Amino acid sequence: MSALTVENLTVSYGDIHAVKGLSFEVRQGEIFTLIGANGAGKTSTLRAISGLLRHGGQVSLDGQGLRGVAAENLVSLGMAHVPEGRGIFGNLTVLENLKLGAWIRHDAKAVAEDLERMLTALPRLRERLAQAAGTLSGGEQQMLAVARALMSRPKILLLDEPSMGLAPKLVKEIYTLLKQINETGVTLLLVEQNANIALKLAHRAAVLETGLLTLAGDSSQLLADPRIREAYLGA
Amino acid sequence: MLHDLLYLAQQTINALQQGSIYALIALGYSMVYGVLTMINFAHGDLFMLGAFACMLLAGVVTPLLTAVPPILVFILILLMVMAVIGFLGAFIERVAYRPLRGAPRVSAIITALGCGLLIESLTLVIFPYSQSIPPLLANRTFELMKVADPAGAGAPLTLTITALQILIIRVAIVLMVALDFLIRKTRYGMAMRAISFDARTVPLMGIPVDRIISMTFLIGAGLGGAAGMLYGLAYPVIAPSMGILVGWKAFIAAVVGGIGSIRGAVLGGFILGAVEVLAVVFFESTYRDLISYSLLLVILIFKPYGLLGSAPNQKV
Ligand SMILES: Nc1ncnc2c1ncn2[C@@H]1O[C@H](COP(=O)(O)OP(=O)(O)OP(=O)(O)O)[C@@H](O)[C@H]1O
Ligand SMILES: [Mg+2]
Repeated sequence: MSALTVENLTVSYGDIHAVKGLSFEVRQGEIFTLIGANGAGKTSTLRAISGLLRHGGQVSLDGQGLRGVAAENLVSLGMAHVPEGRGIFGNLTVLENLKLGAWIRHDAKAVAEDLERMLTALPRLRERLAQAAGTLSGGEQQMLAVARALMSRPKILLLDEPSMGLAPKLVKEIYTLLKQINETGVTLLLVEQNANIALKLAHRAAVLETGLLTLAGDSSQLLADPRIREAYLGA
Repeated sequence: MLHDLLYLAQQTINALQQGSIYALIALGYSMVYGVLTMINFAHGDLFMLGAFACMLLAGVVTPLLTAVPPILVFILILLMVMAVIGFLGAFIERVAYRPLRGAPRVSAIITALGCGLLIESLTLVIFPYSQSIPPLLANRTFELMKVADPAGAGAPLTLTITALQILIIRVAIVLMVALDFLIRKTRYGMAMRAISFDARTVPLMGIPVDRIISMTFLIGAGLGGAAGMLYGLAYPVIAPSMGILVGWKAFIAAVVGGIGSIRGAVLGGFILGAVEVLAVVFFESTYRDLISYSLLLVILIFKPYGLLGSAPNQKV
């Protein structure tokens, strides 16, 4: 079953064609990763899927076409997006950030339970609940960004380079968290420059180069592919 | 000496009244700037319309409610004025500012100035002459202190406060406390603060950004309308041009307090009220504006983002 289908996606900024006709499918319950270097069009792809950028082509969520659906309405359809650079509201407290993540939900009791579960899993956030989120370290902010997105109880979570700017130990922590999230049944679409770690986590993957997909397949295959090893894994 | 002190105390009371009104207006500038980084130059004219709306509503409502205590009539009219002016503010955002949101900043500024002029001109067409607001409440003067003139010649000096002054200050404080609660404690307030930090990310939470912006205009303009009504009750002769100078002054108050900051707007309003009144105490009244604004400029030299403001994207 397909959770998200992208057909012939194109994104342009004036004369710059950032995404030139991407097609791929993310299956229900899997972790799918798009890997690519700087400027390959990863962020543009995710922002287009989320309805934040004007784009050509077709995006469907659970078989429903998303053309004309505003970004803010996608959350109710089960999509959440952790943006590049985390997008934490630094002037709000950690707790307020988490509460905003649950904006679309009106089941206050279940929200409180989810919050409790989240804070048990991420004790560092609990210690800092009343603190302005802008004062968190980069790793804590990334965890907060993921936790905030989960507060909407998404079916599919889009992640834009969650490893960016983090020390290897923190990257590992974040990836462990992502694995746990996936095990609860949430589908992940993960965009990464860090091919090594992304391919190890993901079930399937595709490689994005200057707006086009060049390779796709099971991650284990791609990990072994000499072209990938040379270009992305520095082997 | 005692006389000077008494005079100063009297002027402080006047400053509180004036400051309350500036603060209410400044809040509207600051809130809109917070969510859109745009100065709503039509805000001073919405303030003016608040006074006119009060006059019109008083003409209709008061005769119908003769049996109702005047204070309730006052509250009713206040709420109606706030609703009318609030919706007008949200309407202006919807039809005039929203289509220009992606356009260069100067287009939005010109549009806002244009909206202000339009409101003013239309009001002038309907009311070519100054109007007067009927008193909604019997105004009493309370004598707080009385000192005989030491020379024994002149009348005794008194320290007074009027019921209207008390009412204006009270209403302003109630509105500001309510706003502070809304911004700090409710989810709509959280969303407003989130938008002012990073509007691009807010839709990813499923938050309807446009609706929050409409609400911000509604509340900001509503407060401006309330200020217009209070001002009109304090200075009952009203004219379509009354929003220009008061509007600019409140804008300056918002900047001095730190535009985008809610508490800053309140602080700036009261500081401006105080500076204006005290300038007259110590200098000739013709120098009032010169002295007040020089002082405010000096504040900005030392605090370029205003007293409680912060550099963009560092608002806490
Ligand atoms: N707002 C913009 N205006 C013009 N060009 C843009 C804009 N945003 C992105 N681009 C261009 O589109 C291309 C793809 O950018 P995008 O941000 O999608 O890449 P990316 O794969 O996410 O890169 P990175 O790994 O650096 O985040 C780049 O060439 C970039 O310069
Ligand atoms: Mg990117």
